[in-house]
Amino acid sequence: MSTATMSIPAADVVRRNRTEAAIRDSAAIAWRNLIGWRRVPQLLVFSTIQPVVFVLLFRYAFGGAIRVPGGVRYVDFLMPGIFVQTVVFGAMGTAIGLATDLKSGLLERFRTLPMSRSAVMAGRTLADLARNVFVVALMFAVGYAVGFRVHTSVVALIAALLIVLLFSYAMSWVFAVVGLAVGDPETAQAAAFPVLAPLVFASSVFVPVSTMPTWLQGFATHQPVSVVATAVRTLVLGGPAGSDSLQAVAWCVGILLVFAPLAVWRYKRTV
Amino acid sequence: MTITTSPTVAAVEAVGLRKRFGDTEALCGVDLHMQWGEVFALLGPNGAGKTTAIRVLTTLIRPDAGRASVAGFDVVRDAAEVRYRIGLAGQYAAVDPILTGAENLRLIGRLAQLPGHLIARRAGELLERFSLSDAADRPVRTYSGGMRRRLDVAAALVQRPPVLFLDEPTTGLDLQSRNDLWATIRELVAEGTSVLLTTQYLEEADRLANRIAVVDRGVIIAEGTAATLKSRLGATVIELGLADEAVAARSQAIVDKVLPAPAERENSTLRITSDAGPRVLIEVLRSLDAANLTPTTLSVREPSLDDVFLSLTGRHTETDTGHNGSAPEVKPR
Repeated sequence: MSTATMSIPAADVVRRNRTEAAIRDSAAIAWRNLIGWRRVPQLLVFSTIQPVVFVLLFRYAFGGAIRVPGGVRYVDFLMPGIFVQTVVFGAMGTAIGLATDLKSGLLERFRTLPMSRSAVMAGRTLADLARNVFVVALMFAVGYAVGFRVHTSVVALIAALLIVLLFSYAMSWVFAVVGLAVGDPETAQAAAFPVLAPLVFASSVFVPVSTMPTWLQGFATHQPVSVVATAVRTLVLGGPAGSDSLQAVAWCVGILLVFAPLAVWRYKRTV
Repeated sequence: MTITTSPTVAAVEAVGLRKRFGDTEALCGVDLHMQWGEVFALLGPNGAGKTTAIRVLTTLIRPDAGRASVAGFDVVRDAAEVRYRIGLAGQYAAVDPILTGAENLRLIGRLAQLPGHLIARRAGELLERFSLSDAADRPVRTYSGGMRRRLDVAAALVQRPPVLFLDEPTTGLDLQSRNDLWATIRELVAEGTSVLLTTQYLEEADRLANRIAVVDRGVIIAEGTAATLKSRLGATVIELGLADEAVAARSQAIVDKVLPAPAERENSTLRITSDAGPRVLIEVLRSLDAANLTPTTLSVREPSLDDVFLSLTGRHTETDTGHNGSAPEVKPR
């Protein structure tokens, strides 16, 4: 049989331009991850229990001992911090999910397909964003139930929640890099906690930074978790919110600009 | 628009491929040439470099040196073009355990850029073909190992790729699943798919492949049709177990007089390979009987990978070469 006369069947595929492929493929991956949340709801339930326990502990167990300057009620100080803390710890889910797919060989299959190189990351982080919309709404309801009140306006509240979600999206990309780098779900979780704990606890999330030693205050005031928590607090409690919000958004954009390309670069070469 | 593939170039071509992981040289200059319509088998033990070769050819890793192309497209420079033309199924069933079988195939269909109207239809056809229709709407985590593997191979076929890569497709499968998969691979080949597969089993390469390359320590040490490889080796392996090493040595001296080629001795076992098995067996036993020697054990079998290996390298393969359930090859990162 001569190869020159043999007919070679062609693969049944459609060529799409880069942008269209990126959007379609990201949507397909996001859909796949959202099905996971729906089909294994235990994952979602357990990932929301921890922040609820934190609300109850800090509101009722520690809250009595914490004095906030300016006569602000502790529950009003706490809840903006809790929103931020919840999405920061939740971002570990991005690392765990990607590490699981890497370990199972699924990412390897994706990498042999003619799909967008950024879609696996974009789809995963978008699905995690959708989860965070649900989680933040739930935390707002829990906060309301324990006495948290918005002192400004609905518009300010929406702006505050949008900043929380933007920050959660940025943190997802940070943890996408972590997940791909360690390649194992248990290790991802173990590696993330020691980095996250100082960011969440050496911050203005649970206590005013002014109560910390001077050497810690510089870090605790300017690190992203505090900046975002402060911006959310100013938006829902009142005060000049413009500069705080701008700083928070600047952190989010900065994190995204560094970690999104880094994650895609790692995806292309790691698997 | 469909992706056309030029028949005047080779399906797969590799020249001087090298790849190193730390201190381990996984590929030390591999040359390959696979024609359209061929089934080409890379045969070798664990750690020989088979999986690394597949990973280079499917654009997953870059070679340190050398070049390779699939359907005329370079696997590094034109990786995107290569991905439009290949399917890969590995020894790990790379499917999502939470999605159902049908959802997995539809997801891969979308990501493989299948036209929308074909996605559901193709998924249905493949589920039918791989006897998974009944389980189509069950989450994959409820599937058996054999079902997962079938789904994995089905997923590699969603876009009907002209070149299919199968990395140890039947490792760890039971006999029935293995035979079913072999039948499916033959059907695909009959429909015009070119297949490059890796295997640890000579029998598998023999049953499926037109051409076999034996891989050892990152190089191809022999290449040819199953018939030529076997004729170099002899079609039958006769093993005689003797009472002890001294008896075995005496027996070796006796049988060597009646054999065209000398027998190999390992401790108290003699191994004779021949393409005239039955006649050789009679002569060997007759000569031993004349010297009042009786073997304690006797086996007559087809040559295994270990025998091919022994004859090519003078070494045994480093792992078990039984036909069921050997450990999967460690995937280099």
